[in-house]
Amino acid sequence: MNTITLGLKKWWIPGLLLVILVLLASLRFYVSTYTVILATAILMYIILTESWVLFSGPTGYISLAPAAFFGVGIYTAAILGMHLPLPVVVVIGGLASSCLALLVGALTLRLRGIYFAIFTFGLVEFMKHLLLWYEIKFTGTRGRFVVLVDNNTIYYMMLAILVVLLLTTYLIRRSKYGLALRSIGEDEEAAAHTGVNVTAVKVITFAISASFMGAAGAIIATRWTYVDPYIAFDPLFSFMPVLMAIFGGMGQFYGPILGAAAFAYLEEVLITKFPYYYMLLFGVILLITILYLPNGLVGLIQRLQKGGWGRRHANT
Amino acid sequence: MIVTLLDIIIAGLLLGGLYALIAMGLSLQYGVARVLNISHGEFIMLGGLTTWTLHTVFGINPLVCLAICGPLAFALGYVIHRTLFRRLLTSSASPGAFESNSMLASFGLLFIIQNLASIAWGPEIRGYSYLAVPVNLAGALFGANRLVTLGFAIAIGLAFYLFVARTRLGKAIRAAAQDPTTAGLMGVNINNVLALCFGFGAAMAGIAGMLISMCYPVNVTMGLEYTIIAIIVVVLGGLGSIPGSFIGGFILGLIGSIVSFVDPGLSLAAYYLIFILLLVVRPTGIMGK
Repeated sequence: MNTITLGLKKWWIPGLLLVILVLLASLRFYVSTYTVILATAILMYIILTESWVLFSGPTGYISLAPAAFFGVGIYTAAILGMHLPLPVVVVIGGLASSCLALLVGALTLRLRGIYFAIFTFGLVEFMKHLLLWYEIKFTGTRGRFVVLVDNNTIYYMMLAILVVLLLTTYLIRRSKYGLALRSIGEDEEAAAHTGVNVTAVKVITFAISASFMGAAGAIIATRWTYVDPYIAFDPLFSFMPVLMAIFGGMGQFYGPILGAAAFAYLEEVLITKFPYYYMLLFGVILLITILYLPNGLVGLIQRLQKGGWGRRHANT
Repeated sequence: MIVTLLDIIIAGLLLGGLYALIAMGLSLQYGVARVLNISHGEFIMLGGLTTWTLHTVFGINPLVCLAICGPLAFALGYVIHRTLFRRLLTSSASPGAFESNSMLASFGLLFIIQNLASIAWGPEIRGYSYLAVPVNLAGALFGANRLVTLGFAIAIGLAFYLFVARTRLGKAIRAAAQDPTTAGLMGVNINNVLALCFGFGAAMAGIAGMLISMCYPVNVTMGLEYTIIAIIVVVLGGLGSIPGSFIGGFILGLIGSIVSFVDPGLSLAAYYLIFILLLVVRPTGIMGK
């Protein structure tokens, strides 16, 4: 009897995840095309947020570079989409982003705290303006067309990327490597003294997280069909993952998923009719979360479960 | 050749005056109040659009708007710090945590202010013509409005420097910048001083917005670009150093003017390149400790 309960406890979470995966994989057979497109957008935001949390959650470095990596993916699809099969384009998009992240990380991960946030924020704008200048000067056009792909393919690619991302996150969290990451977040110097190669761990994790953003960018570009530097390197794609992660809470792996899903849905409902009110709400929720919900939705749920007021601090 | 060179230098100084004013405001907010205010540019936008409304609808002289935009922005900044950032300061575990929390909160402010302004003013680009008469400066022609802008920027910068260097409140501000806790123990009303600094920073942004609206068209989304320029100048001058920001503003203005002369499309990219190089090579800036 006892072993059965234990067995159930051990298997119910993976089992639940498998059921959810099967439901998501067969989504297109029982919902409308519109819902599939909405689900694709939600998956995209979940990927951006989860991969942001992969690096920034444990280490505490606030990266505002997601838009840069996402944009690199988008431009990979815009340049190579016509010549190569889609999965190859997505992989190249991911690799290109992680190469950029390796370079940026090696240069800047010595910067602490606020400097790193400022730098990564500047990076997005730098790439946008450089690309805009290049396009106008040398190609003579502002934007590019991206090869069109049908909605279901985009959805399945997105789902595949998310599954790989979640597996990667899980494995990193469980490994010695994840422990090293967390120790960097707690105290970088102490981590270095216990033998962690601080720079290598930070740079590699940064690159891994960037590769998923790039892959997501490469696949979503095929849905947008037209891109220009302002669309591809929109700083909003840097802020969104941060807000979604903070709103959802970074303590548990499902926190960012909750945050991303909630906001992606809100965006879909509000942005076409009331764009200003959507962005206004975005700001208000961000402020309220920072002020009153330091652990986000996850913190709220845990507090309600315990019935008391938790005293854990935000992992910023 | 000499005239072109002079042309570039004067244009750079005119631009630099505005950058210096904007950056000094941000430097005050970051250097003393420890808030890297990403919504800084939104106060500039508010100043610009308020001036536009006052000038075109009520026919008030833009320079008189200085007396309206400055105090209004100051009050807004003061209240925001007293309510929002004060609360964050008490709830943050460490100064480092406060810096990241307050930066994220200022993102929230950015979205709130920008979209409230969008609802109020709409997305149109607004401009008016004031003092747009050419003035001959050593063979080069410049608009009188831009010279007035430079004059105001320098006057405000100097006045503020004297205020910080010579007055009792200025001393309290310097003490708070060095060590807020100890300053508090020495009898400085620290909450008030921090809020005042945030308010002064906002007031400078509001005045800069008013000056910008005299020379360039304004709209609700203009803020972020100026915020980024301000951040670059502040890093260039050294985070928290007010004279550094003042000098850095002119340096960036000159660089912008030179690059624009070579290829106007590259000026923003050049700013970021300088910024990135600076952060990598010398993150403390030219006047940093």
